Amino acid sequence: MAEELNAHDRASRRLQLTEDGQLRHFITLDGLDRAMLTDILDTADSFIEVGERSIKKVPLLRGSTVVNLFFESSTRTRSTFELAAKRLSADVLNLDINTSATSKGESLSDTLLNLEAMASDMFVVRHSQSGAPHFIAESVTPGVAIINAGDGRHAHPTQAMLDMLTIRQNKQRFEGLKVAIVGDILHSRVARSQIRALHTLGAAEVRLIAPGTLLPADVDSLGCTVEYDMKKGMADLDVVIMLRLQKERMEGALLPSEREFYRLYGLDTEKLALAKPDCIVMHPGPINRGVEIESAVADGPQSVILNQVTNGIAVRMAVMSMAMSGQVEERAARARRQEVGQ
Amino acid sequence: MTDLPTVPALLDRLEQALGDYLQERNIHQPLMVGIRTGGVWIASELHRRLGLTEPWGELDISFYRDDFSRIGLNPRVTPSHLPFETENRDLVLVDDVIMSGRTIRAAMNELFDYGRPSSITLAALLDMGGRDLPIQPDVYGERLSLLPTQRVKLKGPDPLVIELREVNP
Repeated sequence: MAEELNAHDRASRRLQLTEDGQLRHFITLDGLDRAMLTDILDTADSFIEVGERSIKKVPLLRGSTVVNLFFESSTRTRSTFELAAKRLSADVLNLDINTSATSKGESLSDTLLNLEAMASDMFVVRHSQSGAPHFIAESVTPGVAIINAGDGRHAHPTQAMLDMLTIRQNKQRFEGLKVAIVGDILHSRVARSQIRALHTLGAAEVRLIAPGTLLPADVDSLGCTVEYDMKKGMADLDVVIMLRLQKERMEGALLPSEREFYRLYGLDTEKLALAKPDCIVMHPGPINRGVEIESAVADGPQSVILNQVTNGIAVRMAVMSMAMSGQVEERAARARRQEVGQ
Repeated sequence: MTDLPTVPALLDRLEQALGDYLQERNIHQPLMVGIRTGGVWIASELHRRLGLTEPWGELDISFYRDDFSRIGLNPRVTPSHLPFETENRDLVLVDDVIMSGRTIRAAMNELFDYGRPSSITLAALLDMGGRDLPIQPDVYGERLSLLPTQRVKLKGPDPLVIELREVNP
């Protein structure tokens, strides 16, 4: 990797990659280089083709057990992970922890030990605490792959990668692209992962458009341009990514009113007309029509929102099979070391 | 050192054998499917020589290999491309070299995920013997037997050349 990595990126790289540089966990985009992200997108392309067949299933993870460990509920993310695992022929167990053992007082470590005893090969983890998947990756038995399905305000790397796949399908490459992320950046783990992915893949400009109250305190360190006036911010855009207004995360009065927010930062036909004519419109869903996006735009010809959902399955299949492949390789390396040791 | 046959000579023989085989079975409009990478080169050659009009298909069997749990995923997997319906059609599955038979098993598993073909004919440029599975080519260019440490590889696409390599036993 050409660029210098800081200590945090080096640690992320060590946690997620095998000695040979193969993916073994997928927790954050920090520390993953352009070649790795491109590999994920290329592998996902092959899985898109699988999704178009009459039988949409490949035998890669046959005999493996994938546990969807959702400490925070999310219908869409969980169902696409479930479908992805099933299309890879894995056995899937969905655990909604809110309603399960931890509410009876079992600790996270005990829950994990029990799941490992069921011979699980992969945990897909969603948690409201930033860093939970990282903690789990460090504490599980070697051989179990951890995939982050969204943690706190930290990261949502599969969502960011499915967005990158959607951009690549529509724009072919990242060089020279001007991409805006609009709305509630402060509470958005999706935005953090998207910014990282866009920078790593070489986008020309990542522009954040939001009111000051919805930008994180460390916004200057993100390497993005910031625009408070959306009408100015729409100029020259190739891609506009709208974020959902996370009403359930709003604490205190960050916004005057939803109506005021829509007037200033909602994407309507009029504001979209200020971007390049072939600008695509993206949204991670679920969308609040009339709160951050006009229905005519969400359903319009420039919208690729439903392609994002389809791409979500392919990207998750790619990441799961690659992480499993890395674990397989590590298992073989451990066996070789044992042989040498004897 | 074994004398290696030239690819044009092998293709002549394979074309003849395949033509006869299909005629014998009354198959007039087969669909050609090559296994990446070498099989696709041979499939496109046979496609041209037999004057077929429908496009040929390309299979990448990476997702169907039986050794994923031992060696993991092929890092350079590309999408399979079958630009036709296979349901109730006669397919010709083409590979450059057949040895263990595992690639063909994986390819047939993949083909059946696209639909139920009426038949599959297996054509290989070279048959090296050494089968692990009960799978035999219906037609081939030539049978070769090499030392256990020797492997052949088709290089191409222009020109197509067979190379001999030494491997660790």
